[in-house]
Amino acid sequence: MSIFKPEIECASRDYLHALQSARLIKMVKNAYENVPFYRQKFDEIGLKPEDIHSIDDITKLPFTVKTDLRDNYPFGLFAVDKGDLVRIHASSGTTGKPTVVGYTKHDIDVWADGAARAICAAGGTKDDTIHVSYGYGLFTGGLGLHYGAEYMGATALPASSGNTKRQIQMLQDFGSDIICCTPSYAMFIGETVRDMGIDPKSLKVRAGIFGAEPWTDEMRKEIERLLDIKAYDIYGLSEIAGPGVSYDCECQNGMHVCEDYFYPEIIDPDTLEVLPDGEYGELVFTCIGKEALPLVRYRTRDICALTRETCPCGRTTVRMTKPKGRSDDMLIIRGVNVFPSQVEHVLLSLNMAPNYLILVDRKNNLDTMEVQVEMTPEMFSDTVKGMENEEKRIEAALQSTLNIFAKVRLMAPGTLPRSEGKAKRVIDNRVF
Amino acid sequence: MIIKQLSIFVENKKGRLAEITEIISKADANIRALSIADTTDFGILRLIVDRPDEAAAALKSSGITVSVTNVIAIGIDDTPGAFSVPMRILSEADIDVEYMYAFITRKSEKAYVILRVADNDAAAKVLLDKGVELLDEEGFHKMM
Repeated sequence: MSIFKPEIECASRDYLHALQSARLIKMVKNAYENVPFYRQKFDEIGLKPEDIHSIDDITKLPFTVKTDLRDNYPFGLFAVDKGDLVRIHASSGTTGKPTVVGYTKHDIDVWADGAARAICAAGGTKDDTIHVSYGYGLFTGGLGLHYGAEYMGATALPASSGNTKRQIQMLQDFGSDIICCTPSYAMFIGETVRDMGIDPKSLKVRAGIFGAEPWTDEMRKEIERLLDIKAYDIYGLSEIAGPGVSYDCECQNGMHVCEDYFYPEIIDPDTLEVLPDGEYGELVFTCIGKEALPLVRYRTRDICALTRETCPCGRTTVRMTKPKGRSDDMLIIRGVNVFPSQVEHVLLSLNMAPNYLILVDRKNNLDTMEVQVEMTPEMFSDTVKGMENEEKRIEAALQSTLNIFAKVRLMAPGTLPRSEGKAKRVIDNRVF
Repeated sequence: MIIKQLSIFVENKKGRLAEITEIISKADANIRALSIADTTDFGILRLIVDRPDEAAAALKSSGITVSVTNVIAIGIDDTPGAFSVPMRILSEADIDVEYMYAFITRKSEKAYVILRVADNDAAAKVLLDKGVELLDEEGFHKMM
């Protein structure tokens, strides 16, 4: 297996420390001088950019949270003029407004570099065809792997998601070498390949890079069996860059973080104290290598642990475990971030009671989401057709906000948990 | 020529039907005819009772979702082909039937059908014009 950037991925810890220190100093200066939000936050605690001398001083810096992005919607946290941006992406926020991220040309290269490292770590070479079945669009999945493939000189195949039989035909006819998508979609493609009576050994594809949603080792083994490939995990979030923030190597014992661009810390989500390696806590990233959106100590809400032990693959970069949960209530359904509060906003916009119950499950390897809502007396109809029309109307409103289909089930008024107190709003029956 | 029907939302939950019918019984209302529409998620119970307003009020105060729906009731001979006559009349008048249910009584040789159509008045008019027997509220309950 080759290593895309050995001078970084296999660098000494001392070298990485020096590089991170230089980049943090530069990045903090950029944030202070060009983002009024950060200038104000630093001033409030009496911190000047000159107070940051090395990466060890990172703990002096304040945290950034998702609501900061929302409060400064859409471009308030950007450190560059709009003329310097070359790309904008967005993901769903906790309310109606999405989280918007911007990239300069340099930032796109940083992200593509991370994704290229991931493809290389999965055994990809410049001679390979990288079949990208993540969705293309505002979601970072599709374009992230796409640019990574091109960056390393491989061939990107922008298949996007959906139309599974056509995906399989392309796997057959174009001889894709590596497939990238969500793990649940990989399972579905694998099942469909089997249903169509195709021997997976007849397909050239030999590896898959899967991410954007939680998955288990059992799922990994099942995907590997169904498609006769080796399955690699990839991690990312749009606020930081997109897929390629960290990635599996052939040892599959933790994802290597591109820590020359994205400096990770693990904190206790309650005390906000930094935790030592090996302890589980909330993952925090500082974007020390990016220009447009220099996020300082951004709280990802993902719960995981770090290790800096050298990996048998030869890489020295810090590794993170698979996220094993969230420190907030965000759900990841078919790769899409869903916040229960979004459902509440939709119901209120339809003049309905904000009482609901979200049921998440995994059926035939695909995530399903059902939302139970209380009908209003006016919504009740003596015909089944009338009730189904009401359900469809709410489903359409939910879909346009959540960007994902959720089945709506009407319940009698007064039968769901009330909004006061700590009502249980989500039942997630998926196994991770 | 319009009859009041209770339409009741029934969650797919054990004991729900028992609970609902007990409330109706306590309101001293007698069930004359019924049908239930079932989906995988819920049911809609449709009832003709002799004291619809009292029963509806009792259900509402117990937190049951109920509405009073206007339906029409027709009487037909209990012979082969009798039912196709009103159906043909409605079809030719372009009146859609949403649902229906039938019953017989001990006091009459006839069969009776409750019809829920898109336009009750139009349906009543065309059926009466063609000589179909329609029951009003009083006539309906007298027959029971």
